[in-house]
Amino acid sequence: MDYVPHTAEDQRAMMKTVGIQSLEELFADIPTRYRLRRLLELPPAQSEAEVFDFMKGMGDENVPPRITLMGAGSYHHYIPAVVGHVISRSEFYTAYTPYQAEISQGILQAIYEYQTMVAKLTGTQVANASMYDGATAMAEAAVLSAKILNRGKIVVVKSVHPEYRQVVKTYAWANGYEVVETGYRKSGQIDAEALRAAIDENTATVLIQSPNFFGVIEDPGAVEKAVHEKGSYLVCGFTEATSLGILKPAGEAGADFVVGEGQSFGNPMNYGGPYLGIFASTGQFLRKIPGRLAGATVDKEKQRGFVLTLQTREQHIRREKATSNICSNEALCALAASVYLACLGKNLKRLAELNIQKARYLRERLLTLKGWEPAFPGPVYNEFVLRCPDPGRVNENLQSAGILGGYDVGRHFPELKDGLLFCATEMLKKDDIDDVVSILA
Amino acid sequence: MELIYEKSRPGRRACSLPVCDVPEIPVEQLIDRSLLREDVDLPEVAEIDLVRHYTGLSRRNFGVDIGFYPLGSCTMKYNPKINEEVARLPGFTALHPYAPEIFAQGNLELMYELRKYLSEIFGMADFTLQPAAGAHGELTGVMIIKKYFEKKGQKRSKVLIPDMAHGTNPASVALCGFQVVTVHSNAEGGVDLEGLRGLMTEDVAGLMLTNPNTLGLFERNIEEVSNIVHGKGGLLYCDGANANAFLGITRPGDLGFDIIHLNLHKTFSTPHGCGGPGAGPLGVSRDLVPYLPVPRVIQKGRRYAWDGNYPDSIGRVRSFFGNFNVMVKAYTYIRSLGPEGLKRASENAVLNANYIKERLRSYYQLPYDRICMHECVFSGERQVKESGVHTTDIAKRLLDYGFHPPTIYFPLIVREAIMIEPNETESRETLDAFCDAMIAIAKEARENPELLKSAPHTTPVKRLDDVLAARKPDVCWSIDCM
Repeated sequence: MDYVPHTAEDQRAMMKTVGIQSLEELFADIPTRYRLRRLLELPPAQSEAEVFDFMKGMGDENVPPRITLMGAGSYHHYIPAVVGHVISRSEFYTAYTPYQAEISQGILQAIYEYQTMVAKLTGTQVANASMYDGATAMAEAAVLSAKILNRGKIVVVKSVHPEYRQVVKTYAWANGYEVVETGYRKSGQIDAEALRAAIDENTATVLIQSPNFFGVIEDPGAVEKAVHEKGSYLVCGFTEATSLGILKPAGEAGADFVVGEGQSFGNPMNYGGPYLGIFASTGQFLRKIPGRLAGATVDKEKQRGFVLTLQTREQHIRREKATSNICSNEALCALAASVYLACLGKNLKRLAELNIQKARYLRERLLTLKGWEPAFPGPVYNEFVLRCPDPGRVNENLQSAGILGGYDVGRHFPELKDGLLFCATEMLKKDDIDDVVSILA
Repeated sequence: MELIYEKSRPGRRACSLPVCDVPEIPVEQLIDRSLLREDVDLPEVAEIDLVRHYTGLSRRNFGVDIGFYPLGSCTMKYNPKINEEVARLPGFTALHPYAPEIFAQGNLELMYELRKYLSEIFGMADFTLQPAAGAHGELTGVMIIKKYFEKKGQKRSKVLIPDMAHGTNPASVALCGFQVVTVHSNAEGGVDLEGLRGLMTEDVAGLMLTNPNTLGLFERNIEEVSNIVHGKGGLLYCDGANANAFLGITRPGDLGFDIIHLNLHKTFSTPHGCGGPGAGPLGVSRDLVPYLPVPRVIQKGRRYAWDGNYPDSIGRVRSFFGNFNVMVKAYTYIRSLGPEGLKRASENAVLNANYIKERLRSYYQLPYDRICMHECVFSGERQVKESGVHTTDIAKRLLDYGFHPPTIYFPLIVREAIMIEPNETESRETLDAFCDAMIAIAKEARENPELLKSAPHTTPVKRLDDVLAARKPDVCWSIDCM
């Protein structure tokens, strides 16, 4: 099935208009010796029913767990039915970037509303239309800081998600910046002394995350002074967006940029993507931040309307002077996030409370197991690290019961080789938790 | 239309949450009050308000399912519904990215095979699927160029980019610490070979070429271009934004390209979603495979697994594995079309562009008069001279005729550019209706230019004040604005 509507007669008539005898003539500019003289070696075309059947079979080779205890950057939350219905409207999903504002008021207004929600949740004044994911949002904030300040050093705390740190390192290497990592203390929170010592006059930015990779809640306010004293910028990240419903916003605690993963807001786990990078900042960076921005204006009859604005920041005009090359966003994921947030409304706080309570109960119950100990005493949201006698065995036992276990933090932190990072969301029932504990007992 | 915040009424709600089935402890006893927020300022609406709000917004938006969308360089082809249906199967959506490989064999197989299919279609040795968008793939590609020369111990400081390139090209190059050097085009809309020879030194890492280029023209001298770049040890990069022109007809790898980024949302029919999510796979020749991002999916016997052990890799460019769900749609598309279908798609995309070019050539100036590939570029200069009407006015008037306008003012080397990409999925009647509208507008421009300058007349809002939006930026709503 190729979705080409032309009949043989259409093609003949059109070829006549163009003045060619064969379709081959259309490709006259391609040197003959480079024209493919065979068919591509691909599986043959299939009917829709065959394709569906085949693809369903492939999907069924995956085994979704019956209980999920895994978070670590991607979270299992309930997605209200309205979210799927709204983003399935093809006026949204078959449109492109709203270059023609007069026929794109729908998505432009939706993005403006999204920006408003994000700014309010993060305690900032400006939010863009979204980035690729949480990791690239953090990397872009780091690179932007270095370019604005013309400084070459990026300091990142080790308790930031390991994959985020890897992406930051890749972007920093490409730009010729140095990345310095600093440690965490026994509570699982930032080692403020070590951090202070790592910041110098060449430090463009300090990257932290709260809740951090261990699930521990940080206090950005406690390090903000040390960062700003040297004229550096503080970037505060997050991977679990629902925590914004209850934790003090990093923007209010002195962060210059608040960046993170927005997947928890109405987007399925999708085996890692697509997600959306939340990117927000204080008002001073309004004309510098990367990505798209929707802005309110008026039409010639003075009615309110929306446009993509401050395009001079964008790559297509700044070209080699650009501070970022991003020229799109994850609009449909951001739309899902907006619908989710409008649906939850003030109940986002209650949802966050449910996450805290479930995690507390899971943690308490797991700690009744012999030889299990907390790794960090610091306060947590919906994730926490526990030390246990044999993490590999624990996950295998859970797996054979159809349960996705915790994240093996020893992969990235040798000092935590007996550690597992667990997550509990509102999806986890008390019975599931009791079941997990009885399997491991 | 009112904002969702303006529709908010205290106490309304659109969601129900489960009762807490575990013993509850006050949050303040678990987390210090200083770390907690006071309030969450989100709208409070009933579910019906919510649904009507977003349905109302959707009716103020134009997508491919509504009408013809010939936005040049964006390949706004029809997005088959089967792709959406498949991508929504719980087998594909429900998996956590850290699910053990044994539970994710279907996903891993899909990604492994998609890489193989793309390698065959484009004649490359291997692909990474990690980049989340075309520009992201491009950035990854320039990083690979940087790594390649770093490993060879060669310091090369420049990258050549034609004057008609997409704006992301120089931006990506600048973000990898290279200096951008512009290559000019010749009178027939190709690379100026003499200019290229002069610029291509051993300090140049490579040339980024869009082929077919942004004029919709195939680079006839591609063999010589390749020889000049490779002769000085440089790499030839292909911006694959225009790949819909040559599927099954020619392969960039055979043409001498070392690197290509694609846009699955263009060439492989995955929806554009108002500007994302897309996906920007990057293909490379054999010598560059070691530098591709990690992790990579590999086959071990009959099983698939992740492998992160590639010491020369540039590293990670995104968390997890990329926009997986977009890959599901592109994969479904390739399986639906098969090799003949992909070729037929490109042939008809090119036929349609040439048909529009022939139908409009007496009404609009055609700066490069050659057989074009999947898009054709006109100039609105005649209309400017005759009646003071600009390309933007023509575009806005097209809205009144029910069409999405072409890309305008790009490429930059064509004044008042009108870049039309019709795609293979449009019927002859649709193409004719669009051409008839363009011809009628050309007539209106002569007889009643004011009609164009004040367009659009039929849209929910009239022409918007961009200057005000930029001068007094209002990007977040607050109650004070009411």
